[in-house]
Amino acid sequence: MLEQYLPVFIVLGIAIVFGVATVLSSIIFGPQRPTTEKLSTYESGMKPVGTTKERVSIKYYLIAMLFIIFDLEVIFVYPWAVQFKKLFHEFGISVFISMFIFLVIFEIGYLYVYKKGGFKWD
Amino acid sequence: MVTVSLYHYLFVSTILFSLGIFGIVTRKNAVMVLMGIELILNAANINFVAFARYGNFGFQGQLMALFVIVLAAAEAAIALAIVLNIYKVFSSVNVDEIDRLKE
Amino acid sequence: MTLYDIIFYLFALVTISSAYLVVTVRNIVYSAFSLLFTLFGIAGLYALLGADFVAIVQLIVYVGGILILMIFGVMLTNKITNVQIKTGVFQILPATIGVGIFGGFLLAVLLNTNWLNLNVKDSPATTFQLGQLLMNEWVLPFELLGIVLLIALLGAASIARK
Repeated sequence: MLEQYLPVFIVLGIAIVFGVATVLSSIIFGPQRPTTEKLSTYESGMKPVGTTKERVSIKYYLIAMLFIIFDLEVIFVYPWAVQFKKLFHEFGISVFISMFIFLVIFEIGYLYVYKKGGFKWD
Repeated sequence: MVTVSLYHYLFVSTILFSLGIFGIVTRKNAVMVLMGIELILNAANINFVAFARYGNFGFQGQLMALFVIVLAAAEAAIALAIVLNIYKVFSSVNVDEIDRLKE
Repeated sequence: MTLYDIIFYLFALVTISSAYLVVTVRNIVYSAFSLLFTLFGIAGLYALLGADFVAIVQLIVYVGGILILMIFGVMLTNKITNVQIKTGVFQILPATIGVGIFGGFLLAVLLNTNWLNLNVKDSPATTFQLGQLLMNEWVLPFELLGIVLLIALLGAASIARK
């Protein structure tokens, strides 16, 4: 079983090693002659304004919340969709109907949010 | 050392569950309380998947874990929306200061 | 001690130690990021248990969705002037004792029960098996879940209006 996951672990290992190695090697081998000009956030750009602990607009929150709920829908569509032929062979047309009902229920919510103006940015 | 069995997974999930309860009862911030709830739900999920693997229920345990993940996500979305509304009214999300139902 | 055991202990260590940080660190942003490692470790445990689809769902929904919402929640509910995003704690001692007793009791029960310990061989097609169950025995819970998510959508749209 673990052999199947071997590529995942290899990629994970390469990612960690690459990330650590690039940062470390630039610290170790790179020449360090800092000036105030070089240390500023955008060296030849504009001066940064305010702090980094800025509050985000609540509009982002609404979009994120709607995204999660549609994300959950996709999770149930996925095991149905990748094996649709096998499932159709096994259970017949009811496979299609039950997923159709699920999606229609969701569409009602989508239309409600659309009517309510949940997808408008301003 | 003994080889990994069902008991190891149960041990991990029990520790996670206890830590979740600890987080819920000691933290004041409502967002932190929600994080404790997420820990508890994940502990329950580990149990479901572990019993699905070591018991003879087939894949129903995994499906139940899937349902729990989905319901937890819906719950977190709505609960955080409620927390944001509470912040709008009280200017604070500390659970011990929110003690009024009406002005 | 096989490779499986080593990976299990690694993921269990990541999960439990970062869960401990989640509930003890005072800075909320740090504890949100510790939660990231907890959820990642749990996804690893699912993969070790042969539940690959559940592991991927855990990564997509929890790490990609809920955690982002949590961090939005932290960012939206703290004053800008409050530079150090700290959280108050209370009742540490009684909570430690109570949770210790409760956790010890739970552990004693779990570890002394003689569970069925079959260790079934994992089949390669988890996704197909889940789809089959979803379309066959679990079709009613599946449709009901659609309704629950519909209500969550309606609730989200009406609660979070400006």
